[in-house]
Amino acid sequence: MSAAEEVVTEAPAVEAVPKRAMTLGYGTSLVVLGLLIAVPLFAKNFIIFQMTMLLIYGLAVLALNILTGGSGQFSLGQSAFYAIGAYTSAILMEQYNVNYALTLPIAGVICFAAGFLFGQPALRLSGVYLALATFALATAMPQLLKLGFFEKWTGGVQGLVVTKPDAPFGLPMSQDMWLYYFTLVITIAIYIFSVNLLKSRSGRAFMAIRDNEIAASAMGIDVALYKTLAFGVSAGITGVAGGLGAIAVQFVAPDSYTITLAISLFLGMVVGGVGWLPGSIVGSAFIIFVPNIAEGISKGLSGAVFGVLLFLVIFLVPHGARQVAIIGQQLAAKLKKR
Amino acid sequence: MMLSKKIRIAALATAVMAFTSGGALAQKKYDTGASDTEIRIGNIMPYSGPASAYGVIGKTEEAYFNKINAEGGINGRKIKFITYDDSYSPPKAVEQVRKLVESDEVLVVFNPLGTPSNTAIQKYLNAKKIPQLFVATGATKWNDPKDFPWTMGWQPSYQSEAHIYAKYLLKEKPEGKVAVLFQNDDFGKDYLKGLREGLGAKSSMIIAEESYETSEPSIDGHIVKLKASGADVFISVTTPKFAAQAIKKLAEIDWHPLHIVSNVSASVGGVIKPAGFENAQGILSAAYAKDGADPQWDHDPGMKAFFAFLAQYYPDGNKLDASVVYGYGAAQTLVQVLKQCGDDLTRENVMKQAASLKDFEPDTLLPGIKINTRPADFAPIEQLRMMRFKGEKWDLFGDIINGDLSN
Repeated sequence: MSAAEEVVTEAPAVEAVPKRAMTLGYGTSLVVLGLLIAVPLFAKNFIIFQMTMLLIYGLAVLALNILTGGSGQFSLGQSAFYAIGAYTSAILMEQYNVNYALTLPIAGVICFAAGFLFGQPALRLSGVYLALATFALATAMPQLLKLGFFEKWTGGVQGLVVTKPDAPFGLPMSQDMWLYYFTLVITIAIYIFSVNLLKSRSGRAFMAIRDNEIAASAMGIDVALYKTLAFGVSAGITGVAGGLGAIAVQFVAPDSYTITLAISLFLGMVVGGVGWLPGSIVGSAFIIFVPNIAEGISKGLSGAVFGVLLFLVIFLVPHGARQVAIIGQQLAAKLKKR
Repeated sequence: MMLSKKIRIAALATAVMAFTSGGALAQKKYDTGASDTEIRIGNIMPYSGPASAYGVIGKTEEAYFNKINAEGGINGRKIKFITYDDSYSPPKAVEQVRKLVESDEVLVVFNPLGTPSNTAIQKYLNAKKIPQLFVATGATKWNDPKDFPWTMGWQPSYQSEAHIYAKYLLKEKPEGKVAVLFQNDDFGKDYLKGLREGLGAKSSMIIAEESYETSEPSIDGHIVKLKASGADVFISVTTPKFAAQAIKKLAEIDWHPLHIVSNVSASVGGVIKPAGFENAQGILSAAYAKDGADPQWDHDPGMKAFFAFLAQYYPDGNKLDASVVYGYGAAQTLVQVLKQCGDDLTRENVMKQAASLKDFEPDTLLPGIKINTRPADFAPIEQLRMMRFKGEKWDLFGDIINGDLSN
């Protein structure tokens, strides 16, 4: 058996997800959107803040989903791009008085460049090796942020405090509510962009690479270009999420962006369903709320309780929220028939 | 007759007015989080994550408030202590503190731990005018009543501790050549700054500095380098694990400078014993609290109360763990503040009382060290005493030194 054959017969690392299964139907999308718009009107500021974080982590998980679910590459280094985005926004806002909304596209572009560049050496690696290389990036980032050389801008270990923006045009809403809707608009825009990206020529190229690299290159796809492109897009979206996160939390510090964050995002992607974009929000909810639930059950053993809950989810629904959604759909179809 | 009746009515009216106005004077005043029966106190702690060893502080405080409640509460009100895990992560800290304030509606946020976490929540709490009381970090920036009137520290700041060592060196070893090993974070840097300030014009005494990361498995390389600098004073601004490594390594490479260990790592049980008593003879440090492992306090009334508390309310608590002693002292200080508040449990009054503590001595502080605060001075503990390790325990020596940053 030749090496090439071996690669061909090997099962792909990421299960192939058909394009249509990557999104929600129109009806469901509208219901979800309606809920996301309406709930804050009746909720306390704290809940609104949590929902903002939900959207922000949702974006970061979505970015990873494009990379892994779309192009089949693993990354444990998303926290690094998240940190770059957060610091870019924070530094621009606090040191150079740039408007917060303008810092986000800048954060996105810088992270896109960083991701694209990192994608170059990462090209030679795949599967677990790539995961390890990105892991190195995540471990290095907090220490890089502490470097004395950058301290003028980053504030070193002390971090930077960020001012929260007020609602513009004298709109009668709290800072939290304004930031939530601001985040929501960006999230929807990026979601639509991502869905269209995956449906486009580039998206098809991503998926062809994911399903079989050799076949993809035989079809004339520039594998190297599209792999690095996927890295860049994913990093760019993560950077925007990071910038939003910095504004919502009002503080950036190296300790906020450790490897734990990268693992949380990875976890969120798996729980939400790899390759299923709407699952990103479910995954993000999992990484925000389940630790709180675990803590409520037992303070001393919160880590263990979290582990058990995670194990149950992976064991019962290995494909995450996507599987739950499919089961739900089938049940609904059955009920309709009767 | 008419007249006398009128007079009587007038008298009655005055009496009623006097009563009601008297009632108004003694009226109970509450902010969100306090009532006739309950005072809600919020807290965040790293129960999980890299700093989870400090989680016992929260557990000790919870146990202490249970004791206060069992003994009838404060002025008849029970304390409800709500504590959440922030895993030492600033974004999580913000989320949990907002939950405490907006969902649990606590009166004050008490003793939240960690410089990054506290920095993350400081602006929010000050904007909402909610006391961020007795934060569990030694950074110097918490004593800033002008810009942050709702934030107050508790323990001596790292800088004031460093000042004390600087004073000692200037007096005892003015020609010394100082080598500093410090942890590359806010703790290490704050400390180094204090040391330089304390030495003032003679800060050139510091001839070598080495920083290490907490992720480094061993700091041996740094120590060898510092020895090569020819220094005869070694200041170890380290956390327990690394302090113990340093003590051991110094003995191994046969380097015997004047060795000063930061108070954070002065624990006999956690540092000196693992490093070996024979290696630690003559090491200097400073303390403000009593060490639960030290037999000289076995008959001290304050420590007796502390041991009795552990036995009854927190049997899992390790008396050798400095964090347990810490949590007890901090909780006791809060109880004192709430007692002083009387029936005026507004957030403003809590801060006012916290800023007017007079010679308060928690059970676990060294004799003579007192908590004093003023509206312009938000640093409750500013005194420490130098100590030298001898045999199997610390010997306190010299007077209580004030590390007050203003002098």
